[in-house]
Order: sequence, then structure tokens, then C-alpha cells
Amino acid sequence: MAVRANIAGIDSPEALEKALRSAYYLADQGIATAAYLALALGKPLLLEGSPGVGKTEAAKAIAATLGRRLIRLQCYEGIDASAALYEWNYPRQMLAIRQAGDETIDIYGETFLIERPMLAALRAPDSTVLLIDEIDRSDQEFEAFLLEFLSDFQISIPERGTIRATERPVVVLTSNRTRDLHEALRRRCVYHWIDYPTAEREARIVMLRASSVAEATARAIVAAVGKLRREPLSKAPGIAEAVDWAEAATLLNKGGARWPDAFKRSIGVALKDEEDLAFISPRLDALIAEAAA
Amino acid sequence: VNEVIQLPRAARAFVSFVALLRVNGFAIAPEQTTAFLEAIALLGPRDPEDIRQAGLATLAPPPERRATYDLLFRIHFLGGEEIPSAEGDDEEIIRLQEEGRGDEEPLLADEINESGEMAVRAEALAERRLIPGGPSEPLRRLAREARARLPRRRGHRRMRARRGPWADLRRTLRELTRNDGEVMRLGRLKRRARPRKMLLLIDVSGSMKARSEDNLDLAHTLVQATPNIEVFTFGTRLTRLTRALRLKRREQALAAASHLVSDWDGGTRIGDALQAFLAVPRFGSYARGAAVVILSDGLERGDLSALRDAVAKLSRRAWRLSWLTPLATGASFVPQTEALTAIHRFVDDMADGGSNAAVVAHVLSLRQRRAA
Repeated sequence: MAVRANIAGIDSPEALEKALRSAYYLADQGIATAAYLALALGKPLLLEGSPGVGKTEAAKAIAATLGRRLIRLQCYEGIDASAALYEWNYPRQMLAIRQAGDETIDIYGETFLIERPMLAALRAPDSTVLLIDEIDRSDQEFEAFLLEFLSDFQISIPERGTIRATERPVVVLTSNRTRDLHEALRRRCVYHWIDYPTAEREARIVMLRASSVAEATARAIVAAVGKLRREPLSKAPGIAEAVDWAEAATLLNKGGARWPDAFKRSIGVALKDEEDLAFISPRLDALIAEAAA
Repeated sequence: VNEVIQLPRAARAFVSFVALLRVNGFAIAPEQTTAFLEAIALLGPRDPEDIRQAGLATLAPPPERRATYDLLFRIHFLGGEEIPSAEGDDEEIIRLQEEGRGDEEPLLADEINESGEMAVRAEALAERRLIPGGPSEPLRRLAREARARLPRRRGHRRMRARRGPWADLRRTLRELTRNDGEVMRLGRLKRRARPRKMLLLIDVSGSMKARSEDNLDLAHTLVQATPNIEVFTFGTRLTRLTRALRLKRREQALAAASHLVSDWDGGTRIGDALQAFLAVPRFGSYARGAAVVILSDGLERGDLSALRDAVAKLSRRAWRLSWLTPLATGASFVPQTEALTAIHRFVDDMADGGSNAAVVAHVLSLRQRRAA
């Protein structure tokens, strides 16, 4: 395996962290190290974490940093090779056969091949980043299929033969951990568990993402969100929700709502489960007052 | 790897760290060790933090065991000076290896063991061994018939069929090339059935003592028989047993599982236990669309409204909720205890859970029952 210590001018986790920051992504040391190692070792990067901690954002930022195109493959139950890899353009093949008459034609030629994300990434490994999003949503069959792809970076199309990547493509996988992934998959990847950020870092993220939000607002929101995460909710607010909440509250405030009231009225963008809202609403006033203090 | 040859001494410490992790139950493949060494070389390493991060990224300890990983790292590389010895809690982390022991385990608010003696007894029982001997006839029946009779649902993967909502273009085209470009017959696709998710919640409190071991045995058979199943025990704590029960050999799996459960024969607050279960989003989603089976007598000593809320919530998420209690005998069972009366209307089936044969019969009948 080729170890490349320097990728597009990035030669250390710190350099990557700096580059990610200019792509509006604040990485902590853990994720910067994991991402750097994945790039340098030529292994896929597996990011796990609760919903809304910025897994997909990390992949986007890595693509932006490397100046590459992001190819996203959203997983779902029942996803298979024809959606992930390639598909033949059957109607076109049929028409071609009809039109050919006595001439011979190759119906498995390039013109009839529909490229899906994994094939696209394999064919342009030096200019793309492949994001395989929410892998835990796919089924075991697809995971096994993916395993083969991730270990050799080659795919075989029965009608065409084997296609191999000229260099190791950059692959990022994300999982919400709604089920345990296969050990073999974890083993092949560089792994990072994204935790909720510290209050300090999260406030910086909120201000970076939503430029209209004042610092005091960001801090209050982050404190409130931190408290909400400690409650037994069925869906705890992620970073994305914190950003939305801060933006929504700022908007309401500009429209004339007073401060604690603006937080309270926009709670719907942070908590999106009716049961959670009902559970927290008796204590919401106290919670917001405490956070804003 | 070059580093191993050039710096045998330096590399040895890293390789022995991997060995230490393995001894403590972390599954690490040789290729991960190689990646670990390469990662360290890449990072410098400038300080111990680099080594720790390299290990986190390449050796991939599961998040709930991060604390154990960090502790072992400190012991191995930093001489273990900072280890807090007073609590003895950390030693516990090292000895106990499976999931459900880390920070993820939701502890019920306050232990309800009335006396300290109870706690001691529970601790002693944690070590208990399960009865050896082969599986009983009902369990053999379960293993035999599970594939054909456990509940299923329509999956999203397609398979060829005589009749179905989609055209199988791939197959049709292949046949067409053989027939001079004429479509003789359109192939069809339909959705393939998959095993439905199952969730088994086992009460291991004192009042269920007579059934605990059998229930665990049954859980093992079920885990072996179907892929999408999660098993938890509850009493004063909530323990996830799925991984331990995935071990194929029965004795080994049961020993591992009984070692994990530390609240054998204690008290119960079923409501709080179920609330705690639902409060972890990852666990709560195991119930969604699943055939949920609760093995409990419903002798609740805690708050009834907590129990009612939790069961109502579970029932809304589940495909079908079954409550199997040893108290129910016969089809005409009418719940007498306050707790069972309170939850009766949320439960789809309240049936006999007094013997392996009864539980197996119910579980195997689930497919015939419609979604509630």
C-alpha cells in the first residue's frame, strides 16, 4: 500500500485542520488526525456519530479542501449494484438492436453504460471524493458488496471485464449507528467517532455557519442545546439544529420578539418530536433562562 | 513495514499495546496493527497524544469502550501513574469487557435494592453458571422452524418472479438478444420478503427467578436463528446482550451473557427500565416496526404511570407488542395485578410465558398474527 505523507500540500493533521477551517469546517484534533491518516494511508474514512454532528459536512469540507468533486451515494434499504455501481441503458440497447438490422453492434459499449456514483469515483480517482452516506441504512448484502469494493478498489462488470482504479480514491463513509456495522468493514477503514463538540467549539461553529448570529446568542443557544442533550429525548438536537435555532431566534428577534421569547418560540427547529416537546415544555422557560444567563 | 525492521525496540511497545487491547476483548485484525504502525510513523510521533489518536483511528475501538481504551493506553504508555485507585471502578472497566458497561449504559436513577445485602447477593449471582446440557425440545423446535415461521415483512430488494409490479429489464434484454431482438416475454420483479426486526426484553428480577435461565437460553436460540434481533435484560439495570449471544456455542454464549448481567434476582422497576431503554435513541429505534416480545410478570414496584407511558410508547413504535407472563395460563387469562391491568390495552398479546414451550409457541405464531 502506498503511503503518501503529503496530499495536495497537506502534510500533517494540523495542516489539514487549517485547510478545513478555510472550508468553513472546524475540526477537532481527533477528526483532523483520522482524516489525515485516511488520506495518507489510502484507506476509506468511516465516520460514526449521532445524527447532526456534521458527518456529511466533514466529507464536503474534505472534498472542498482537496479541490475535488464530491460524489454522494445516499444509502437506503435495498440499494444494490444497479443504483450504486452501474446500469445498462436498456431502452437504448433495445432500440439499437432494432435499428441495427443486419449489421453487428456491441450493445455493451460505452454509450449504453450508465455510470453510478461508485463507478464514477473509480474512473476519476484523482479528481473526486466518494461519500457513501448513512451506510447503516443499507442492508447486509450491500455491506458485503461494499467490502469487496473498498478492499481492492475494483469492480467487475460481467459484460465488460474488470475496472480498476489507477490510484486509491478518497472515500468517506458515514453511519448514524442505528445498527452495528460488520467488523470487517470497520477493519478496512480509518475510524472516527464524532462526539458532540465542546460548548466553546460549538459556539464557534454556530457563528461560523450563521454569520448573522451574535456571539451572546450563539453562547446561549449552545448552552441550551447542551442541556437538552442531557435530557432523555428520543431525538437530541445536533449541531445543525443548534445553528438553525440560533438563526431562527435571531430572525424573530429582528422581527421584534424579545430575547427569551424568541428562543422559546423558535424551539420547533431544535426539537422536532412531538413527544420530546411535550416532555420538555413545562421546564422550557427555566431551561432557557438558565442558558441565557 | 520498514519501521519494524529499523526500530524493533520502539515498534515492540506498539505491538504489545495491540496485544494488551486484544486481551481485554478488543477485536483487532493484523492489518489494523500494520495501519497503526504506519500511522504512528506518519504522525511523527511528536507526543503520546499522537499515538493515542493513531490508535483511535486505526484500531477503531467502539465508542462505548473509549474509556477502557484510554485507561489501557495510560497504563501501557504512561506508566499508569494517573490511575485513580481509590474507587476501584476503573479496574472494573478492564475486567468487564462487553458493551453495556461503558458510559452508554443507562443506570436507573437509584438502586432499589432495599438492603445492602441484596446488592451483595446480586453481585454473587452475577457469576452464576447456567445449567449445562443440550437444548430442550421446545428450543430445538424453535431453531428448526424459525426460518419458516418467524415474522417477515416486505423488503426493498427485488427478486425475479412470475408476476410482480416491475419489469425485469436486464433479464428481458438477455432473452431478447437470443431471439433476434424480439421481446417474447417480459420478465417481472417483486419485492423480496425479509425477516422482521425482533426485540426481546427479558425481566431478570427476583420474581422471575424461575424463568431467567430458561429465558436466556431461549434468547440465545432466537439470536442464532434470526439476523435482525436485539436482546436486553432489565431489572435494576438495563443490559444489552445481543453481542454476547451472537457467539455460536451455547455454553460460551450463556456464560458471557450471564457475566454481563449484574442484576440477577434483584428488584424491578419495569417502567423506569423501559423508560431508560427508550431514552437511548439507538436502542429506541430497535423497537420501530419490530416484533417486540417482553418476558416479564409485570410485578411493578415503582410508579405505575411511568410503566404505562413506556408501554404506550413501545406499542406505538412496535409492529406487534407481546407481553408474556408466567402468570397467564390459558387463553382466557384476565390480568389481575394493577400493573398488568394498566398496560393491558396497549399490549397486542398478553399470553403465557411460563414455560419454554409456551414462549416458543407464541413466538412462532407471530407471523400468522397481523400487525396491530
